[in-house]
Amino acid sequence: MKIVTFACNWCSYAGADLAGVSRLKYPEDVRIVRVMCSGMVNPAWILRAFRQGADGVVITGCHPGDCHYMVGNYYAKKRYLLLKELMKFVGFEDERLKLLWASASEGKKFAEEMDSFKKLIEQLGEQKQLRWTP
Amino acid sequence: MSVLVVGGGIAGIQASLDLAESGVKVYLVEKLPVIGGRMSQLDKTFPTNDCAMCILSPKLNEVARHENIEIINNADVVALEGSAGNFKVKIRKRPLYVDREKCTGCGVCATLCPVNAVDEYNEGMNFRSAIFLRYPQAVPKVFAIDKSKCIGCGICYNACVAKAVDYNQKEEIVELNVSSIILAPGGRLFDAKKRGEYGYGIYKNVITSIQFERLLSATGPFEGHVYRSDGKVPKRIAIIQCVGSRDEKTNPYCSSVCCTYATKHAILAKEHIPDVEVHIFAMDVRTFGKGFEEYANRAKKEYGVIYHKARVANIMEKKDGNLLIKYEKDGHSYEEEFDLVVLSIGFEANEELRKYSEIFGIDLNEFGFVLTDSFAPIETSKPGIFVAGVASEPRDIPESVAMASASAAKASEFATERSFAKKEEFPPERNVIGEAPRIGVFVCHCGVNIASTVDVVELAEFAKTLENVVFADHVLFACSADTQEKIKRAINDYELNRIVVAACTPRTHEPLFKRTLMEVGLNPYLFEFVNIREQCSWVHTDRARATEKAKALLSAGVAKAKLLEPLQFVEVEVVKKALIIGGGLAGMVSALELAKQGIESYIVEKESELGGNLRHIYYTIDGKNPQEFLKRLIKEVESNPKIKVFKSSVVESVEGFVGNYKSKIKTPNGVEEVRHGAVIVATGAREYKPKEFNYGHPKVITQVELEERIAKGEVPNSVLMIQCVGSRNEERPYCSRICCQVAIKNALKIKELNPDAEVFVLFRDMRTYGFLEKYYEKASKQGVVFVHYTPENPPKVNVNGEEVEVEFYDEILGENLIAKPELVVLSAATVPNEDNEITSKLLKVPLDANGFFLEAHPKLRPVDFSTEGIFLAGIAHSPRLIPETISLSLASVSRAMTLLSKDKLVMDANKAEVTKERCDACGICVKACPVNAIEIVEFKTRTGVELKASVKKAVCLGCGICSASCPKGAIVVKGFTFDQIKSAVDNLLEVVV
Repeated sequence: MKIVTFACNWCSYAGADLAGVSRLKYPEDVRIVRVMCSGMVNPAWILRAFRQGADGVVITGCHPGDCHYMVGNYYAKKRYLLLKELMKFVGFEDERLKLLWASASEGKKFAEEMDSFKKLIEQLGEQKQLRWTP
Repeated sequence: MSVLVVGGGIAGIQASLDLAESGVKVYLVEKLPVIGGRMSQLDKTFPTNDCAMCILSPKLNEVARHENIEIINNADVVALEGSAGNFKVKIRKRPLYVDREKCTGCGVCATLCPVNAVDEYNEGMNFRSAIFLRYPQAVPKVFAIDKSKCIGCGICYNACVAKAVDYNQKEEIVELNVSSIILAPGGRLFDAKKRGEYGYGIYKNVITSIQFERLLSATGPFEGHVYRSDGKVPKRIAIIQCVGSRDEKTNPYCSSVCCTYATKHAILAKEHIPDVEVHIFAMDVRTFGKGFEEYANRAKKEYGVIYHKARVANIMEKKDGNLLIKYEKDGHSYEEEFDLVVLSIGFEANEELRKYSEIFGIDLNEFGFVLTDSFAPIETSKPGIFVAGVASEPRDIPESVAMASASAAKASEFATERSFAKKEEFPPERNVIGEAPRIGVFVCHCGVNIASTVDVVELAEFAKTLENVVFADHVLFACSADTQEKIKRAINDYELNRIVVAACTPRTHEPLFKRTLMEVGLNPYLFEFVNIREQCSWVHTDRARATEKAKALLSAGVAKAKLLEPLQFVEVEVVKKALIIGGGLAGMVSALELAKQGIESYIVEKESELGGNLRHIYYTIDGKNPQEFLKRLIKEVESNPKIKVFKSSVVESVEGFVGNYKSKIKTPNGVEEVRHGAVIVATGAREYKPKEFNYGHPKVITQVELEERIAKGEVPNSVLMIQCVGSRNEERPYCSRICCQVAIKNALKIKELNPDAEVFVLFRDMRTYGFLEKYYEKASKQGVVFVHYTPENPPKVNVNGEEVEVEFYDEILGENLIAKPELVVLSAATVPNEDNEITSKLLKVPLDANGFFLEAHPKLRPVDFSTEGIFLAGIAHSPRLIPETISLSLASVSRAMTLLSKDKLVMDANKAEVTKERCDACGICVKACPVNAIEIVEFKTRTGVELKASVKKAVCLGCGICSASCPKGAIVVKGFTFDQIKSAVDNLLEVVV
């Protein structure tokens, strides 16, 4: 399985770091891309990840109200909801896209959520719908 | 010269950062091995429930990294000589038994240590090792051996790959010359055992509020699960207020923070255990700060938290561990059963203050806190020594932070030289534009931290196979000094123009490597960090799979590095002047402090004279004369050559950005244009003109009007005061904070001038927080009658011709009473100025729901706006008393000085940039930008004029909301461009098997 996680620099990336510092375990399938803000995550990157064969994508940012840039995570949520609609519309399993609020102290939550998302993705199986094959 | 800051809690941290940022060298002395103080133990912070560590940890790292700050940890001040401007301090550095320079903070020692010692950070609820780091995010990230627990087995000594453990380390005495001192040692929490009737230490399910805080925390003893001692999840929690506060036997003053933190605890308990019932027992609910009343309302309405206006007499334990609480309410006694009791313990004076008072020669007050003056709240009794935070009175984080900034302003008056990191230290930058990427990769073992899970040798070999990688190696510690040299040599020998380091997290170590690049003339933005420790080796166990993942991460990092461009720090010239809007107490204090720091300012006052609300204050609760103070201030302001006052004037327009503003001021003599680098908003607030209680009748007046009369010698024989008029209602949900104090002040004044006068106060909660409590006590003792009322059953003021009568319900007698006082005095709300909206639009800064100005962050940035260069002072922020207003005003100066002390502002280069060819000027990005950094401007082209988006680099924060909003990909954030991340994502996935 391949799971791409976009993590904001201020909360979620720090939360993922804390998971590490606390030596909590989660699947190796999770690969984190650091961005400054969840509001920076371009929907095209998400689609690109699916095209490249990602089985799941997670956008993770600060809890509502905690955004370092005040409103970035609200934008992330709006785009996420819209993208889900779009995915459903074209008949793509929208469960493969997840939005997660994780703070810098929620290392455990981060690890647990990654674990459960991996399990969900496993049930869905390999993602072939959007994967590009030459 | 330099400043000594004593105490590394949030106050000491903020003071150090402000000083360091304005070019003053700081020595930060902390008694523990790590900084962070009380705030580091908090789970969430009120009233926003922000995660405490999320907002604290960036500050910790900033302190660790700032070249003007030297942390002296595990140390105390032992002696002081000299006077303001020239102090000589002796500091004792106790041994850590670990070499500060060598320890990388990897933590292998702690995992192997066989000792179980009580974990103070988790308030004794679990164990730590003898070699330990107080908490995972701690700074400095150096382990220390607790010699009282160490058994000397030598396991850590042998396990440490960096050879940092040194059992023979000795105590050291350091001598420093400093020009001023800031005392911020914080407070101590009350020992709940002293209130034996609550059974703390005997009953297992009676815990303190700080223990509850740790239980709630994800890094706490049960990882954020709230359990009782027997592992049961509590279903009924009682929170008891004023344990060790407002108590004759222990501490008579109010601890100010407990009511709001108890509210937080109740809300968080509900979030952790949805079906839990939480009861708070309090004499008065004192949620007086900005947004606190709304917070308590939410606790009641949304979370169903139950508040009892009651004092708990005692607690008895049942066999099953449950607790029976006996309490008094409305004159009756009750008993109720709970399964967990949380005691809201208050602040006490830090035990070290007594020692410091001797060493420093400063006075303490009757409660053992540092003595200050209402008109000089930051100064101690000794010139050159200042105080911040809980050391002078119990206070919450924003007040402590404001005070810390204020103390930084005062302390830097004595620091004559300012020094900034000089750019010339670095060799000229090599031009790499046009060169093909030549990437160097360094893979870190981190001792065994990475190497034990990830095959670093294979990873380095793999790196060599990646496109454009011309050099790859693996190193024991990438952060060590010898590796830095190795990197520099490789850059020169192999003509590298991009560096990728696969090691730990960029959040702590990126600046180190960027600096290394600069030292050999390579642009620091040509660096990419790959996290294979926190996000790989530490979270995985399967070596093959972890190595495979590390390869993917590295491959993504290299792919992104390929597309990195050299970026230039954004530099802005600074006009070293400030514009102050409002000439009341806050504006004048700010201007005078700026003048002391050598900065010119313009005060714009809409009235024809300076002074604002202070003009209507004739005496203070502690017997000071505000009118004399005001006269002195006005004289100082008007005679100061660095201050220009525009009276009967308004600011018409403000253009520009941080460091460079151009404003037009409409004065009676026409429009004046001024240039300045910062703005301080000190527009104040005013007393509400009540619509309720027949205000307007000659016998119904407000507190300000009463004060005016008393000052003229018209002292009434009988007065009935009504609290919360226009506050804490639907229209104005906030608490006006100052009115309880004003009522008591006026009541005491009446009693002083006319001891036989009858004074009644009808109140909802008496909010005489902090040391004000003693005046509440005094008023009660002098016969002022306090009668509680509820908003459901408010008093009625009936008018009958010239006469007024007040009908109110007495809870203890259980009946309605009628009073016919000579005067009915309404404690009217403090309301925001009508023209706040205009100012808000003028400066593009936000207002809160109540119409006061909204600061950048309610906790840690109380006087900053999210727009850089604009600051907030005084009661335009929220209602507050004179000392608090002064503190906030000095704080705004300190924050402004972090800009105005510099000739040029140097900002991070990760900013948004527009590709003009793609931009259609649709304006979506303009709306999306949270700080108004983007504007649509006209560009001249060969074919005419075109509209395009343009980024004000000095304002942009680099969040990238714009880039994801742009339908044409015309705007990107440098360092996180569309292609860079896309390429990283591609490579992250390609190698996955």
